[in-house]
This record gives sequence, structure tokens and C-alpha cells, in this order.
Amino acid sequence: MAAPLDEAAVTSQSQDQALNWAWQKVKLARHPLRPRTLYYIKQLCSSYVELHGDRRFGEDTALVGGLACFEGRNVVVVGQQKGIDTNDNLKRNFGMPGAEGYRKALRLFHLAAKFGFPVLSFIDTPGAFPGLHSEERGVAQAIAENLLVMADLPVPIVVSIIGEGGSGGALALGLGDRILMLENSIYSVASPEASATILWRDAQLAPQAAAAMKITAHELYQFGLIDEVVAEPPGGSHLDARTGLQLLREALRRNLAELEAGWSVDQPEAIQYLLKQRYQKFRAMGIWNQRTAAV
Amino acid sequence: MNITTNIDTATDPALPAGRHRSGQPHRFFQPKRLFSGLSASYLDKRTLQNAKGDIWVKCGRCGELNYVRQFEVNAKVCFKCRHHARLSGGERLASLLDKGSFVEINQDLETADPLSFETATGSYAVKTLAMRHKLGSSEALITGYGTLGGRPLAVAVADFAFMGASMGSVFGEKLVRLIEFAIEHRLAVLTVSSSGGARMHEGLFSLMQMAKTTAALVQLGKQRLPHISLLVDPCYGGVTASYAMVADVILAEPGARIGFAGPRVIEQITRQSLPAEFQTAEFLFEHGMLDGVVERYAIRGMLGELLELLEVPPPLALAIGKDLTGNPSPTEQEQPKTKLLFRVA
Repeated sequence: MAAPLDEAAVTSQSQDQALNWAWQKVKLARHPLRPRTLYYIKQLCSSYVELHGDRRFGEDTALVGGLACFEGRNVVVVGQQKGIDTNDNLKRNFGMPGAEGYRKALRLFHLAAKFGFPVLSFIDTPGAFPGLHSEERGVAQAIAENLLVMADLPVPIVVSIIGEGGSGGALALGLGDRILMLENSIYSVASPEASATILWRDAQLAPQAAAAMKITAHELYQFGLIDEVVAEPPGGSHLDARTGLQLLREALRRNLAELEAGWSVDQPEAIQYLLKQRYQKFRAMGIWNQRTAAV
Repeated sequence: MNITTNIDTATDPALPAGRHRSGQPHRFFQPKRLFSGLSASYLDKRTLQNAKGDIWVKCGRCGELNYVRQFEVNAKVCFKCRHHARLSGGERLASLLDKGSFVEINQDLETADPLSFETATGSYAVKTLAMRHKLGSSEALITGYGTLGGRPLAVAVADFAFMGASMGSVFGEKLVRLIEFAIEHRLAVLTVSSSGGARMHEGLFSLMQMAKTTAALVQLGKQRLPHISLLVDPCYGGVTASYAMVADVILAEPGARIGFAGPRVIEQITRQSLPAEFQTAEFLFEHGMLDGVVERYAIRGMLGELLELLEVPPPLALAIGKDLTGNPSPTEQEQPKTKLLFRVA
């Protein structure tokens, strides 16, 4: 604090970036060795059968899901899957699903509703894929329909943001009763690069944008937009995946047990209660000023 | 020249739009009248000029010079190439609803600044304040109710001039309140969407408005009330990927660009060259995303017909003889929940 002003100005640029807490989180959330959705699904669940295809047009490997058994109960799991290496990333389109991916998720949601299985959703995507085919087949419509169906799904939904939660492509799996975020994950309306381009007209300013957009788990928890921050081992999950896994398992078990208490797929009252709570949760999101009536 | 400019409120930011310094409604600025007719809103009848003082308007697509009076009577559609120029929120309402029937609600909700956001061009709070005074509306979404061909409906119109009609907290809240209003009064909901997407300045709050508005539409659907969505140029991002695309009937204006990601982003990321008609209303229609592409002059008639065919049914509880919890419904006298807004002849 005692440093002369001019000296501070010279070093501020690099210091800002080095000290930019949010940007560190962005880097951790995108770390190539960070555990991905399939790792969590396979390790958390005692059995897992992956289901493929959207029954409309094709199979999108950027979004995975299927039937699984978590802590003695059957569940439906869905999540975006980034690749673990370059080849896998090319195959999985860097975790950016198109319309087919979201329609596969939609199909799995209907499956969950039919059999009364809770849904565990894992979010790890830079966003929905911006491409010609994606637009042709209505990726926006697919996301919107997912939101519509999730808002009215008669089973508990627990959402975990395990890496990058980017824009509408993330929200399409993110309308749930509980939203958990790993400590070093991010959740934002647009990627820091896109925000910097739009608001500062310079993608190089992504670190500043990351800080300004308030995209880290702790900030979002303070805003009340997420329900729980799940701790990670020191340095991030990629350094000690097993510990990270146990912490997430604990949080999922607790939240699911809370939601399932008193809930049964055969009881319309219990379902109404669950849906009402879910609606109220999202209904309350937003901050505005109410002008007092002019005299 | 331009008598509707509210000089007093422009200099005094504490004073709400439409009010004189004395606190009385301004003599020349009567918000209710603004929407009563397309020409009345901004055309000075004596001089045949628009608010800017122009007599001719150049078409944005073909460059044809349109005589301003004709252009505006034609709801800003070019006489030569049928290009549909952008309408402001007020003009849109005037072009759709019966003259003088629109009543705005929830106009007292104003933008807050949850992230204390600063950009290179200034702070978010200052920018929205400037917008409010420039446009005289509190946010990018104008909500209210009115009649269309004598049929009552709740209507929400996005005004692209207000920060690209991006969806932030107030946008979402106003829409949800309108939907709740429609449920309370048993009205159909018409949304006219034109947006750049979610509002970056409010961060994740904006993204959550997608979930919030769509969830509210579920409640509307459970009451068997229709939602009609009209997409106008341009409609992108979070709005297309939420409430605007889950309507019972989705219409669009010819040539309107509608999509999720913008064409420049797609070209940058995929390095694909995009077809010329990419993301136009016609393109979406061909791919099965829309119910119809309707010219502006025909939209009002089309909506009237749809409202007649999607007749708003009596409340669900009365219809099936019990309310949602399974209890028998009380008699009709004990259910005064539906308030009468209009007496339809």
C-alpha cells in the first residue's frame, strides 16, 4: 500500500492478472486434468449403463447420460462430457453439445419421470455448440424445451457444476431443486472471453471480465443463485480426485436425501410440493428496484 | 419542432418520465395516449414530418425512398422490397392492439445493478438511467394488457432500442408478473420478442431469467391458457433459447433474423461459410421451427383468428369439478379470483 503511485501503475497490469482470483478459478475450472462428468458418474454410481441417441436425428457424444445406481437407489444421470485428450475432445466436440445432445437429455428426463427416478445432472461445458447444423436443428428450441420439462419434472433434480458452466448450454441441464458447485468451478452467462469481446471489445481482457462478471462459486453463493459450495482438496480436484469425489458424494447424498424425504412418485401432493418449491426457487431470482409511486 | 420531448425530466433525473416539475402529468406527454395509434405516437400531422424532421425515409435494404407518412401508415414496411423496418415498443403495440386499449402494468420496476458493473464506456447504473430518460420506458420489456379485435389479452413487447432488449432481472420479473397477471385474469399471453440475448451486465442473474420465465410459462400452461410468441428482427441468445421458443404458436415476421449464436460467432468458431438465408425466419420455417412467417400487415388478423381458435377456457377447477389438490371445488360465487377487466361486446 505504501508503494509510490507511478510504480503501482507500471506493475498493476501484470499484478492484477496474477492476483485475479476469478481468473485463477477459470483456469482451474478448465484444467485439462480436472475430473470430468464420466469420471464422477462411474465412480459415484455402483452401476451405470450409458444410453445413446436422441431418437430424432443422431447421437451427440458431448452430452452423456443413462441409468445408474447411486447409494442404493436408481437414478438417471446426465451431463456434458469434455474430452480427456485431444482425440477424445475432437470426438466430443470439446464438451459443446448441439440440439441432438439436449434432446437426448430430454429423452432421459422423460424416462426419469416415467419410472420415478431422481435426476443427477453434471454441468461441464463452455456452452452449446455454435454451428450451422446446431442452428439448423434448433439448438435454442432444444434448450428451451429442456427448461420447460425440467421445471415440471415430478422427480428430485440435483445439479452439480463440476467445471465450466457456460451460458444457456449449461442451464439446459441446470434447472433443478438443488444447485451445487464445486469450489473451483465457474458458472456464467457468457464465457469471460465472449464477455470481454462484447463489453470491452477486446478478448485479451478476459481476466478482467472474469472478475467483473462474478462467476465463482463463492460469489454466486452469496447472491443466493446456488445452494451449496462443495469443497475441493487443496489446489483443486485434479491433484486429488479421490478426495474431491468423496466430498461431492457426501454433498449429493445429503441433498438427495433431503429432497426424497416425504417425496414419492405415487403421491400427487408430494410432487406438487416439490414442483412448487422448485418454481419458487427460480421465481425469486433477480434483483430490481421498485420505484415508489410519484406524488 | 418536436413537442413530445420531455425537457423537464431530461434535466432532472429524480423526476419520473411523463411528469412536469410541478408533479402533475406533463401537458404534452401522456403515456397512455402514446400507444393509441401508430401515427399519433411520433408523427407531427401538420408538417408530415417524423420526430427527426425527415420527410423521406430510406429503406434499410433496397435504398428506396419512402414518403414518411405513407411509410408509417404502412407500419414501416418498404413499399418496394417489403423490408420490415424495426418498430419501437410503442409502435409495435399500436400496430397490434385496438386503438387506445393498452394499459401498461409494472412500469415502476427499474434496473438495479447487482454486480456494481463497470465497462470501458461507463457504469451500468448510469447507462440504464440514461436509457430510461431517453426512451421514457423503465426497461427493455413493456408489459400490459389490451384488446385485439375486441378480445382481451396480456401482452409483452421487447423494445430493441433499450440496450438491445437484453434480458436482465427486470425483463424477467416483468414477464413473470405479466404471466401471473394473465393467470389471475384468465387472459391469453402474447409475447413479441426481439433481443440480443441475456444481459451481460447482470451476470448469472440474467441467465437465471431464462429458467424463471420458462418456469412461469409452465404455470400458465397448467391453467390451460395459451401463449403466442411473435419473433421479430433480431432475436438471439437467451430469449430464443427460453420463453420465446416454447409457445403454443410461434410466428415470425419475414426476413427476421432468429437464432441462438450470432452468425459472426459461428463463422469465427467453425470457419464454415454460411448460406445467405441462414437464420432468417424463412430458414427457420423450412426447418420446422415456426408455425408461420407472417407479413406485418397480416399479423393482427392472424392473431385475432388464433385467439378465437385458442379460446380461453374457464378455470380448470371449475371445469373438472375439483381444485388441484383434489378437493371438490367451492361454488362459483365463492370463486371471485377471476376479475373482469373488459366487457367484451
